[in-house]
Amino acid sequence: MSLDQLYQQIILDHSKARHGSGLAAAAAPVGASGQSHQLNPTCGDEITVRVSVAGGKVSELRWDGDGCSISMASASVLTDLAEGMTTEELRTVIGNFRDVLRSRGKVPADPELLGDAAAFEGVSRYAARVKCAMLSWVAAEDALGQAVSQ
Amino acid sequence: MVATPAHLRSAAVALGNDEVLRIRNDFPILQQRVNGKELVYLDSGATSQNPLSVLEAEQEFYEQRNSAVHRGAHHLAVEATEAFEDARETVAAFVGAEPDELIWTSNATEGLNLLTYSFLNASLPGAGAEAARFALAPGDELVVTEMEHHANLIPWQELAVRTGAVLKFIPVDDAGALDLEAAAAIIGPRTRVLAFTHASNVLGTINPVAALVGLARSAGALVVLDACQSVPHLPLDVKALGVDFAVFSGHKMLAPTGIGALYGRSELLNSLPPFLTGGSMITTVTMERAGFLPSPQRFEAGTQRISQAVALAAAVNYLSETGMDRIHAWEAELGQRLVQGLSAIPGIRVLGPAAGQERIGLAAFDVAGVHAHDVGQFLDSRGIAVRVGHHCAQPLHRRLGLTATTRASTYLYNTTDDVDAFLNAVADVRAYFHA
Repeated sequence: MSLDQLYQQIILDHSKARHGSGLAAAAAPVGASGQSHQLNPTCGDEITVRVSVAGGKVSELRWDGDGCSISMASASVLTDLAEGMTTEELRTVIGNFRDVLRSRGKVPADPELLGDAAAFEGVSRYAARVKCAMLSWVAAEDALGQAVSQ
Repeated sequence: MVATPAHLRSAAVALGNDEVLRIRNDFPILQQRVNGKELVYLDSGATSQNPLSVLEAEQEFYEQRNSAVHRGAHHLAVEATEAFEDARETVAAFVGAEPDELIWTSNATEGLNLLTYSFLNASLPGAGAEAARFALAPGDELVVTEMEHHANLIPWQELAVRTGAVLKFIPVDDAGALDLEAAAAIIGPRTRVLAFTHASNVLGTINPVAALVGLARSAGALVVLDACQSVPHLPLDVKALGVDFAVFSGHKMLAPTGIGALYGRSELLNSLPPFLTGGSMITTVTMERAGFLPSPQRFEAGTQRISQAVALAAAVNYLSETGMDRIHAWEAELGQRLVQGLSAIPGIRVLGPAAGQERIGLAAFDVAGVHAHDVGQFLDSRGIAVRVGHHCAQPLHRRLGLTATTRASTYLYNTTDDVDAFLNAVADVRAYFHA
């Protein structure tokens, strides 16, 4: 597997664009919201994700983080994907993303379901990087649970 | 070849590339290709590789002499005990210690925990009169430095929490050097222990042991040296350094994992309460009490890591035969080549001493706009193994305004070609990530 299959252009682009980044500067959430901070102790990468829910849908996802291109791009892609989804759809997508990433290359990504996040399929071949890609998704899952339980 | 500044040149003749190429033949793991490229292993600061003589020593032990030591009258038990104690003699001599001053541990981390738990035991009720010199009470002070590996920080934090002692630290300056003026102000009559690293695993700095030992001595404090990054790489004599305790790990010096050592002055070890208790470390046992053997058995409860000790002795013999002064001189050259090469690449910030100043054969650095994980991944695609992250030194990284860095660390089996392949790859990193 080549480096370019890991670092697909879409990942490199999102690692710079960082959609949804700027939690501290974002307006107060409308409706129910939850927030989760996740840390990768091996490298010190960290992220805080806030998920807001209104009318059964994810109305907004905002985050602040510091980390490698994989973790930053993953949070950016997640933002684009999550906003507008129903809470159930987001749960399903997060579960699927986790299955793909933990499969060591055995579970192919479904672009229909995962959209741009399918580009992270190659990460599953790099055990040390799975945590990087999962960081914001784990935070979003936790934040979503809090928002829904309110 | 980059010239080493005159004041850093050792009297010893450094290894050269031809000799290193011969040395490499002794290391099977270095013969492989990674991602289609020749493996360039620059992560010996984390763990080193094993020469055939070490692998064979461990196998020979299991094939010919395996048995429990210090018990049993049979032939194999005698052979195993001899091998085990010969190994202790070899490793002790390598660092200038007497055999009874060298205690086997799993690694340096365990050595430091053994010490801090023994100090804690000395501080508890019923510890006895001879342990009183190690007892800590509220108001006592423990001093470490801001550049410590977590292994030489957290055990002291925990000891402070449990005894009410205060943990203080000697700060580092922007260049990563210890502030000795601050050290002189911090180390005082209340200081009971000064624990510091001999060589920084991040900065590559070699700390001024004599000056720090002098400060500790005038304060009546004990000195604990983390020698993880020095024992494998330079000639070292614990008596000449004048420290009370020192720790190091076998796996960083050509031996397998699972073996390391704690050095302690004999007189101290024999009054320090044991950490682990049980079989093999006792004299007379009743249902109520037990007497303890003197060092080293006092600190070696239970069946020991015998084959690993034998393998560590084989590693020490390999290093001694090559010559520690020559290894040190060679790695100093590689270290200068690393720092000079890195400093010449735009967007690279090297931590620790600048080019031309003394450092061991490693360099940690930040790449502007590219996270260390990505740097490491990029280098791996070229077959180059480096360490990325905080290198178990979060406070030091925070002090330098960083979260994670990349570190290249050399050993006696690295050539200048290894360093150059690494430098060429680093020069391409920022373009790849559009930084």
